[in-house]
Amino acid sequence: MLEELKQPSSIGSESHRGAVLDIPELYQCVHCGLCLNQCPTYRVLHIESESPRGRIHLVRAAAEGRIEPNERFGDHLYLCLMCRACESACPSGVKYGRIAEAAREILGPPGSPLARAVAKFAFTQLLPSPQMLRTVARLLRFYQKSGVQRVVHRLLPARLQEMEAMLPPIPDHFFKPSSDLLPAIGERRAQVAMLSGCVMSLLFADINEATVRVLRLNGCDVLIPKAQGCCGALNIHNGETRMAKVMARRNIDAFLDTDVDAIIVNAAGCGAAMKEYGHLLRDDPAYAEKAERFGRLVKDASEFLAGLGLIGPLSRVEMTVTYQDPCHLAHGQKVRAQPRALLAAIPGLRVVEMDGSDRCCGSAGIYNLTQPEMSQELLKEKMISIAATSTEAVVAPNPGCMLQLRYGAKRYGPPVQVFHLMDLLERAYGAAQDSSLR
Amino acid sequence: MIRENLIRELREVVGDRYVLVEKEDVIVYEQDGSILQVMPEIVVLPGDVEQVSAVIKAAKRANVPIVPRGSGTGLAGGAVPAEGGVVLSLARLNRILKFDLQNRIAIVEPGVINIDITKAVAKDGLFYAPDPSSQAACSIGGNVANNSGGPHTLAYGVTTNHVLGAEVVLDDGQVVWLGGEVPDTPGYDLCGVFVGSEGTMGIVTKALVRLMRTRESVRTLLAIFDQTDRATETVVDITAAGIIPAALEMMDQLTIEAVERGAPCGYPRDAAAVLLVEIEGVREHTERAMALVQSICNRNGAREVRLAKDEADRQLLWKGRKGAFGALGLLAPNYYVQDGVVPRGRLPEIMGRIAEIAHRYNLLIANVFHAGDGNLHPNILFDIRKPGELDRVIEAGSEILKACVEMGGSITGEHGIGLEKKDSIGLLFNNEDLDAMKRVRRAFDPDSRFNPAKLFPTPATCGEVRRQPAKIPAGLWI
Repeated sequence: MLEELKQPSSIGSESHRGAVLDIPELYQCVHCGLCLNQCPTYRVLHIESESPRGRIHLVRAAAEGRIEPNERFGDHLYLCLMCRACESACPSGVKYGRIAEAAREILGPPGSPLARAVAKFAFTQLLPSPQMLRTVARLLRFYQKSGVQRVVHRLLPARLQEMEAMLPPIPDHFFKPSSDLLPAIGERRAQVAMLSGCVMSLLFADINEATVRVLRLNGCDVLIPKAQGCCGALNIHNGETRMAKVMARRNIDAFLDTDVDAIIVNAAGCGAAMKEYGHLLRDDPAYAEKAERFGRLVKDASEFLAGLGLIGPLSRVEMTVTYQDPCHLAHGQKVRAQPRALLAAIPGLRVVEMDGSDRCCGSAGIYNLTQPEMSQELLKEKMISIAATSTEAVVAPNPGCMLQLRYGAKRYGPPVQVFHLMDLLERAYGAAQDSSLR
Repeated sequence: MIRENLIRELREVVGDRYVLVEKEDVIVYEQDGSILQVMPEIVVLPGDVEQVSAVIKAAKRANVPIVPRGSGTGLAGGAVPAEGGVVLSLARLNRILKFDLQNRIAIVEPGVINIDITKAVAKDGLFYAPDPSSQAACSIGGNVANNSGGPHTLAYGVTTNHVLGAEVVLDDGQVVWLGGEVPDTPGYDLCGVFVGSEGTMGIVTKALVRLMRTRESVRTLLAIFDQTDRATETVVDITAAGIIPAALEMMDQLTIEAVERGAPCGYPRDAAAVLLVEIEGVREHTERAMALVQSICNRNGAREVRLAKDEADRQLLWKGRKGAFGALGLLAPNYYVQDGVVPRGRLPEIMGRIAEIAHRYNLLIANVFHAGDGNLHPNILFDIRKPGELDRVIEAGSEILKACVEMGGSITGEHGIGLEKKDSIGLLFNNEDLDAMKRVRRAFDPDSRFNPAKLFPTPATCGEVRRQPAKIPAGLWI
């Protein structure tokens, strides 16, 4: 797999830049400005270069050779969260994400030389290897539990101390399904495959298990192909497309021959990236068509379940919650109504909408690490919106949002619980089963 | 040297972060919603009125132009720094300072987004009436500068009818109030002079705006016609009958085709034109007026009249109208929208002329516009990649504007003159007229420092104006 990376890179050369920035999307923008007020960074700073229209203008100027894609250019492109709220607002259908991804491909990963080296290692060595990821997670768990963390934390400089505080507790067990085919419970209605995900299987094994259980209770055979790996979304968003393509091809090979009705993803960022494999591999003759077909099969868990229709008895979950639209679900996949429909189907559950539920919480992949100031600014604003709903919990079906909101609840309050949608659905099903057993 | 001093002074006033001079920072301010580009030398973003005043004083000492900018959504190049200098962005002055619900007024800063005023008072049953189609993005400062209108202008009037007063900073940095809370302040209506001055007289730092009471009842209908003439005659008859609809919009066959391809909402594709009529008011009024509108449509041979039964129905009827401009992209890669006006009675005639011009230039023109106040939006469809086509488009566009003026109309209904149409203003005014206007302008801005090279024809601008290549020219706004 790494062989491809050893080939000489043309990144940074004039011809490479021209080829990468030769994107039709650049010329679809009519400069109307409807995106400005929807862009989280523009709303904070009110500076044009920190808006989608401004960033498109910059990329176009670079494509035309009017400016250099230098560090300052990179600062503007990397202050973007890639939340794609601008795509929802755009009347001309400009796919901003593609423009920003292309620009970042020219720039390479963000930050200081050290940060770039770390990022490069993570993107090309760590994320592609489930084994290595698991080893790192085990080491981190040891670090947290052994008491080393408490000692080290005090020794760190302030900046690193803050980053370290964001590190979520590594749970005791990782996602390890007992079999790669988990059959439907009750009458079979569909056959699906599921992405385990890199972060999801290490930090949120319980949510993966909940997803499998809810799918099975709804009559789905759930296939979990062993050969799958990380989806590559973080790579794509941070200017590392070479390894991303390798990872995409691996997943296509792992999933496409399974002959399933859908490929289920319970992390919004992964789902959006996988639906767009067709674009990533558009120039790969062997995979372009397969990638398109693969993309059409990918469904967010909520999207799929709402389409299938929930069956079986759901018991009451007495709780008042608010719903945070993950950016790559609402803006990236245009999935807004389905998760809400599922929440509405749970008896006893009350949903209070927050102001700006589809505005980014500042998590945005590794953004909370690369742009801590802006990230915290947006998180504070988000926690204020949550507080205004006076609810006891937030539902945010995406791992990045969940980690960020948990951190926000701890640091800024209100002390809300943070759930994945599948958590609550499982709870509704689980309680129903328990009562039927009694 | 002067420039270095100016930059240092500006940084002292607003802080380093809000003075932009690097190319990668200022290049994004070279263009607004139009297709014209001139790169500014300096962009400054003050945070309050004191800073605005200090910036203006510094620019005066350095003798450089000041070009105000709100959200940069204007379609006529009004925020393009035609002669370089300092672009003064008012985006950070974005506070709603005061609501007075009893007197139904609000005081807002210029960077406040139009729709945010209505959002803030909707729960009290109020709204801010002028509703340009860009209202989710455009700023109140820009609305004041351009005296903006929108689909509901027909019933409620334009921005000048809703701005009772304004705090402005003059060319010497002095901060003064024009107009006030009392509807009729004695003396000259200087606030009225300021509204629509396109940034050539000074900088608005606060606007005192009227709020309207949300109407009890809204009724909407779609009338379908087999002949364009019958639709335009219906528009004339509705207003002649003394009915003032809240909105009276028209779409022609080509627009219907685009809408039905893009986001189908049940407009019949074989119709020559449809009218969208909306009436607001107390229930008794809307029912009666709607019955009258229906009978006028029928008398003019409407094939079908669809009255919205409920809000969902109403939204569906509007969906096509609101999505029309975006949908035009499905017919051709580019379009150029004009903004001419004719007296309502001449609508049948101008529609004939537009069709004739389209035929003669071998171009397709889609019409979707505010028929009720005669404000046309002919969209000339084209493909910029075809050599020479843009030239024909621009020629056809200027012929349409000339025809509007010949019929007693105007070259712009709501988009403004700005940089784009300053050389066409001669179609409407002679030199004496223009001189009189310039004298008014100089009373406020003796050095012509504010937004130079706009509104009035000039032989040539100092800066090089660049027309952005290979993109859709002007306009999404309706």
